[in-house]
Amino acid sequence: MTRTTLKRAFRDSLPILAGYLALGMGFGVMLQSKGYSFWWAILMSCTMFAGSGQYAGVDFLASGASILTTAVMTFIINARHFFYGFSLLDKYKGAGILKPYMIFGLTDETYSIVCSAQLDENINPKKYYFFLTALNHSYWITGCTLGAVLGEFLPFDSKGIDFAMTALFIVIMVEQWMSTKEHLPALLGIATTVLCLVIFGADMFIIPSMVLIASELLLFRKKLDKTDSDESGVSGGD
Amino acid sequence: MIDVKHSLILVAVMAVVIAFLRFSPFLAFPEGRKRPKVVTYLGSVLPYAVIGMLVVYCFKGVSVFRYPWGIPELLASALVLGLHVWRRNTLISVFSGVAFYMVLVQLVFV
Repeated sequence: MTRTTLKRAFRDSLPILAGYLALGMGFGVMLQSKGYSFWWAILMSCTMFAGSGQYAGVDFLASGASILTTAVMTFIINARHFFYGFSLLDKYKGAGILKPYMIFGLTDETYSIVCSAQLDENINPKKYYFFLTALNHSYWITGCTLGAVLGEFLPFDSKGIDFAMTALFIVIMVEQWMSTKEHLPALLGIATTVLCLVIFGADMFIIPSMVLIASELLLFRKKLDKTDSDESGVSGGD
Repeated sequence: MIDVKHSLILVAVMAVVIAFLRFSPFLAFPEGRKRPKVVTYLGSVLPYAVIGMLVVYCFKGVSVFRYPWGIPELLASALVLGLHVWRRNTLISVFSGVAFYMVLVQLVFV
């Protein structure tokens, strides 16, 4: 069972393997260009495990930013992760000693796969989530370290390989779209983020987007809330 | 030269802030404790909205006003979308999309 679970987690993590190696190497190259050895890449990828957070972190380190600036900016850049846990309170319930690590490693990519994975009965969900998190983390550490070691001397032109992340999110969106008849949350998410991107610009739009999206979802609760009827309605279907 | 001590402190600060954000919901609503229905509701609809946000997030660096006007992203995304609706195989969709995009940005729109 554990083997099957690990296999499934590995298969589902393959798109992330490509994306994390590419994005991680980008980070490593940036970091070493500022004079930091690969030990720093290992340290940061092990303890932070955050794409955009680490990219920004390179600037904070290189410019000798203050602790306050670093804390506030990191908070802003990663604030969206605050919302992810709300969807996983039940899924991660009962995961025991694995749980802290699973929460620590809750990246955009892991979150979107955990939310949308349809698992068969021969898969242990908690172990699956844990393996997925650990595999993704190992890809990320490998990518970051490789980038810092190889620096500018990458053996091949990897330009464009980071599109793996975009493609993965599109695929997950299609899967989610086909899994439900209620498309309002997805449409709100897209429309609100586009609007905020236009209004606030590429550096500032994520927090307003998240806050607006959450407010809109609360506003449409009457129409969208099926968490009550689910408990009684599941067996009443066909 | 690198200020090792200050750099180490900054890495620690960033790691703590990120962990704080990820752990907060779980600390606020621990296992076995009743939580407001609105939290359960938000948790159930957020994934659908967040994935829309993340897709847009991926395109934040694309400008439609200058060369290549976002055409590689548009074409590769359309391929991924079409392939996935057709075959529904994540690996085929993602890796075809990546290969196509790499050809576009390395060989076509240079």
